Amino acid sequence: MCLGVPGKVIAIQPDPNGMTMGKVSFAGIVKDVCLAYVPDVQIDDYVIVHVGFAISQVDEQEAMKVFEYLAEMDELAELEIAQPGGA
Amino acid sequence: MTTNTPDLLTALSCPIPISDYPTVLMAHGGGGSLSQMLIERMFLQAFDNPTLELMHDGAVINLPPAMSEENQGEGTRLAFSTDSFVVNPLFFPGGDIGSLAVHGTVNDLAMCGARPLGLSAGLILEEGLPMDDLWRVVQSMQGAAQKAGVSIVTGDTKVVDRGKGDGVFINTTGIGLIPAGVHVSPLRAQPGDLVLINGDIADHGIAIMSMREGLEFETAIESDSASLNDLVEGVLAAGGEHVHVLRDPTRGGVASALNEIAQKAGVGVQLVEKQIPIQEQVRGACEILGFDPLYVANEGKCIAIVAPEAADEVLAAMRAHPLGENAAIIGEVVAEHPRRVFMRSRIGGLRVVDMLSGEQLPRIC
Amino acid sequence: MKFIDEYRNEAEAQQFVRLIHEVTTQPWTLMEICGGQTHTIIKSGIDRLLPSEITLVHGPGCPVCVTPLELIDKAIAIARRPEVIFTSFGDMMRVPGSDADLLSIKAQGGDVRMVYSPLDAVKLAQQNPERQVVFFAVGFETTAPANAMAVWQAKQLGLDNFSILCSHVLVPPAMEAILGSPLNLVQGFLAAGHVCAIMGYWEYEPIAEKYQTPMVVTGFEPLDLLQGIAMTVQMLEEGRWGVENQYSRAVTREGNVPAQNLMKQVFRACDRPWRGIGVIPASGYCLRAEYAQFDAAERFDVSGIETQESTICIAGEIMQGLKKPHECPAFGTLCTPEKPIGAPMVSSEGACAAYYQYGRIMNPS
Repeated sequence: MCLGVPGKVIAIQPDPNGMTMGKVSFAGIVKDVCLAYVPDVQIDDYVIVHVGFAISQVDEQEAMKVFEYLAEMDELAELEIAQPGGA
Repeated sequence: MTTNTPDLLTALSCPIPISDYPTVLMAHGGGGSLSQMLIERMFLQAFDNPTLELMHDGAVINLPPAMSEENQGEGTRLAFSTDSFVVNPLFFPGGDIGSLAVHGTVNDLAMCGARPLGLSAGLILEEGLPMDDLWRVVQSMQGAAQKAGVSIVTGDTKVVDRGKGDGVFINTTGIGLIPAGVHVSPLRAQPGDLVLINGDIADHGIAIMSMREGLEFETAIESDSASLNDLVEGVLAAGGEHVHVLRDPTRGGVASALNEIAQKAGVGVQLVEKQIPIQEQVRGACEILGFDPLYVANEGKCIAIVAPEAADEVLAAMRAHPLGENAAIIGEVVAEHPRRVFMRSRIGGLRVVDMLSGEQLPRIC
Repeated sequence: MKFIDEYRNEAEAQQFVRLIHEVTTQPWTLMEICGGQTHTIIKSGIDRLLPSEITLVHGPGCPVCVTPLELIDKAIAIARRPEVIFTSFGDMMRVPGSDADLLSIKAQGGDVRMVYSPLDAVKLAQQNPERQVVFFAVGFETTAPANAMAVWQAKQLGLDNFSILCSHVLVPPAMEAILGSPLNLVQGFLAAGHVCAIMGYWEYEPIAEKYQTPMVVTGFEPLDLLQGIAMTVQMLEEGRWGVENQYSRAVTREGNVPAQNLMKQVFRACDRPWRGIGVIPASGYCLRAEYAQFDAAERFDVSGIETQESTICIAGEIMQGLKKPHECPAFGTLCTPEKPIGAPMVSSEGACAAYYQYGRIMNPS
């Protein structure tokens, strides 16, 4: 369910009636996307787009967490190797 | 006179149970498993003969040695192929229905290892088609034929009522001559062979789809539509007998073409996702449409299945050609999992690359 | 592509695979809720990289799979009407109703069109004031804000020729139905990242607590899935439960508040039947009274259509992880991807279709 693809916001057309539209680029492919649900979004921000709607803004810092998690696990494993038998 | 239905027709019941598919669906022409079912259960059954049975891109007809001038002991072999073209829009980035119709049949001949001798063109025109559009299409056919070094030597035109056609439908049929010493056939794929392709996949299907769906591009995606006979000559010159199979992955894409070969030859195929060349924008378009580029059509691509000892030479020959700059080795033929295609994914997992049952539909899922 | 490619990296994927192997000491059964996650798992071959102790059960999070037969029959009845332009996401086009699917209605002359966004359907209604445009509004919480916006906009524009056939379903009641079953086998959940992007995950906390089950909100790329599995197994191995968030780059605890607000304005919770599972209380959305004029089921009076689900198909038990597809009496005989009885055989990521392929690999014939 719910194919969502991250893309970069390259244009915002605010609409006083509440349905802000914009253009989002996916590796060079530009689509008209409804931005009404990401009111704080700025040009160059990344959003996740589902059926023509931005449903979420990608948090660039949080995006690194996957790799930080692996690094932490690695450190833990090294600690365990360094102290055989463990605490 | 009483109604006298020919006995033969009543005796043969439709081999595709009416209860399954009372009408023809788009997927019956989509190049996937429904197309395959239609061909195998209806056409092969009705037309039953060993040449058709091979289900190659074209038929190879052996002329008795007496008929040929330079028979070199094995008689003249003619390749014979036909293809019909229905495409909407008629003009698309990188081509149009006219050049596509020439490329398609030239390529089917080339996939038999043949040099094209001549083409026929059958045009079905819709009433109301602007004469100017028709002229553009015809000019484009001639341009493509000239480039491929082949002439359109016979033809036919019919006009149908407005609303009964999509502007222009074109059928092209071609004959070509297979040089002595060239033996390409899907049956020759064997374990150990390497699978090569002459460049980026999925360009044609995405170029068409994006026109239809109104996708905008920062730089346009163009169809790869092109005649491959010149490239194939280079491939055959470099690989000779070691070139076992040639196939153009058109409708149904690389996945369907390789599945057909695997089934015919009774071998397995293993692809490596990382090595399959694809343009960044095309990949992006596939992501947003929910498409798998392995199933998207190509019109200027050639899969070559080659013995390992000749793979480097064939790859170099492809890369030396303007239509093969991004050529790559994308997998190998294996003895394991016969009749199935697998792929090693980007993360190193193994997945089945199956035959699609219908046309690929954009998904939200 | 940024935020895609870095999550498909082999080195890091293999690190996660090693980690999962290290932490797993006993058998665990996990369910990924979402069909999109199933798709990634199969496409990147994650299922074959995991330790044999870990069983992944493909959950009910596939709108195609859970839309009841009766509603598809209603859709087909509406799509057959000459005044109607019936619009749908590509996914639903091939799902079999009692005697047809939407693609075959198109083949019979029905005006059935594929759209990428419900807003495209609204646009069609504006462009075709003399026709009735109906949108098949299926989906989970992720799609509901888009469909709510379409209805809201149609009302603003005063469009009286636009309506939706609504079949919205919700994840938490389905999770509770699975966990509350006395036969339940699922020990941990990968919650659906994009559903949570809209709804947040606070709703899941009481469920995780009540059933003492770990749940990890998980994204859709291979590294996301692998990390989600690693985190869930770690919680299970340590005897912990609760909700953790792997997909923090797109999901917050409270979710997308503006989207939730419009959904509340347009929809109300209602009981919904799920294909093969039956009615789950308060498990879907219906249009509120203020928007009832946009309800296609009312406008075209299809309430008389009542369809019994196939008694052979055990899709419900399969989607709850209670039975394996090959335990179904119709599996591979009456029910195949070409001619599916139940929805999990329709989509390539459906559990039954996946097993069908796998079975053929084990016994190629």
